[in-house]
Amino acid sequence: MGNWLHTYLLRHLQVFFYSLGQLTRSPLSLLMTSAVIGIALALPTGLHIILKNMQNISGDLDSAAQISLFLKKSTSDAQAQQLIQQLKGMPQIKKINYISREQALQEFKRLSGFGNALKALEKNPLPAVIVVQPSLSQSNALSNTAATQQLLEQLQNKPYVDIAQLDMQWVKRLYTIMDIIRRGVIILSALLALAVLLVIGNTIRLAIQNRRDEIVIIKLIGGTDTFIRRPFLYTGFWYGLFGGLIALLLVMTSLLLLSDPIEALTQSYESRFSMQIIDFNSTVWLIGGSILLGLSGSWVAVERHLREIEPT
Amino acid sequence: MIRFSHASKRYPGGYDALQDINFHLAPGEMAFLTGHSGAGKSTLLKLIALIERASRGQVIVNGQNLAKIPRRKIPYHRRNVGMIFQDHQLLFDRTVFDNVALPLVISGLSHHEIGKKVRASLDKVGLLNKERAYPITLSGGEQQRVGIARAVVNKPPLLLADEPTGNLDPELSREIMSIFEQFSQVGVTVLIASHDIDLITHLPYRVLTLKNARLSNDSGSHSSQTAGQY
Ligand SMILES: Nc1ncnc2c1ncn2[C@@H]1O[C@H](COP(=O)(O)OP(=O)(O)OP(=O)(O)O)[C@@H](O)[C@H]1O
Ligand SMILES: [Mg+2]
Repeated sequence: MGNWLHTYLLRHLQVFFYSLGQLTRSPLSLLMTSAVIGIALALPTGLHIILKNMQNISGDLDSAAQISLFLKKSTSDAQAQQLIQQLKGMPQIKKINYISREQALQEFKRLSGFGNALKALEKNPLPAVIVVQPSLSQSNALSNTAATQQLLEQLQNKPYVDIAQLDMQWVKRLYTIMDIIRRGVIILSALLALAVLLVIGNTIRLAIQNRRDEIVIIKLIGGTDTFIRRPFLYTGFWYGLFGGLIALLLVMTSLLLLSDPIEALTQSYESRFSMQIIDFNSTVWLIGGSILLGLSGSWVAVERHLREIEPT
Repeated sequence: MIRFSHASKRYPGGYDALQDINFHLAPGEMAFLTGHSGAGKSTLLKLIALIERASRGQVIVNGQNLAKIPRRKIPYHRRNVGMIFQDHQLLFDRTVFDNVALPLVISGLSHHEIGKKVRASLDKVGLLNKERAYPITLSGGEQQRVGIARAVVNKPPLLLADEPTGNLDPELSREIMSIFEQFSQVGVTVLIASHDIDLITHLPYRVLTLKNARLSNDSGSHSSQTAGQY
């Protein structure tokens, strides 16, 4: 029994490397087919990794959200300063920016162009605003969000505060955009996986046709379908493996080229973001998925075309 | 070993290649199958190897009704039937050794056993010195012998040959025939399709003659008489 198993494994191993040997006999066509597979797989993989990085950034931004405290109109500047002193004592707060009613009005005039319309009003309609930036814990974006929420509630109950508003609109918008991109990437991945399946299927179909005589002879002397199928399945495996490796190489070089400018960009937003090229999990998924596509592509081709070839 | 009872073969398109064939070949018997071109010789061999299936009647090989063998079991049936083809059917991108080894590789034998059996088989057909050669470098007679070595390498109880001496000169033909005789002497059933009447009539074996898809003459009726006992 052990001996039988040994022989069985040895036979598989032989076919495994035999099929590799056959492929390397025409390295150019091996390279071209693998490159097509590699490029097709690199695209969704690259987008997936960029998306993952964007999620990391947005996690940062999420907790970096600002809280605007709109003060009651009756609040005097002195009272506001008193509140500011109090807030400065709070460890959850990193930075405070005060905009008096007068400053708010000037700003509004400058930005809106409604200066003349406002002159018609006797009183300044705008409240004073204290813009608070929560301090971040260095590790966890999620706990930051919770802490920010807690801080918001605290500030809401401070004296002179009319409304405390967490400024998160744009973060939500970013999430929506990312969700759209994520779905796009999924659709693109499915389409390109199908393309890879077809490429491998077609390559194996040609290989089967090229070896038609050989298949007939093997059938004549008692070769089972399983036996005939095996080298073609391994050929599909090798195409998948090489395609996956090429995809990995393409993704890594592209992202390395992109990482410098992206980091420069994010630095200007005070982000502690650093570009992640490709993690272990994604690598395993890429190579494993590619091999799986190779195997299933050749399986489909072999199932379809092996039966047609019968000795007559 | 082989029994045809009322076996007929009609090809798709309606052509009757064999009609109502009856004969029995005992284990270890050697016989020739002859007849004009298109008489149905190849078709009869194809029925035995399950390359074609009988349209009517029964073909029984080694006690097994071939109609009962499903498609996926056909390979295992063929492993018990050594086939020799007029056009050799060798793999030209593999050495003589690898060609002869193929039936053993298919059956999953170990490396060691394969080496032993392939050399024994090549020795029998006198090609031991050519094991590293490629078939393309061999003469027609040598290629035919490679085909024979491959057909007998896993010692099948039944050997079928379709025009094995097709375009060989008389001396080579006799040489090939004597190889078949040797197998017959060790108990292998041998059926050889050939229209080389000169060669056949000089040998003391049973001759089945096909004419227009029917068995017109059977020189070895003694086997037919004992047929019922097998
Ligand atoms: N696949 C097929 N489809 C239709 N007709 C066929 C097929 N194979 C053979 N035939 C016909 O069946 C008849 C018998 O063919 P077969 O090959 O058995 O003859 P044969 O006795 O071997 O002849 P030869 O001596 O020329 O080899 C021929 O008329 C041939 O045209
Ligand atoms: Mg013929």
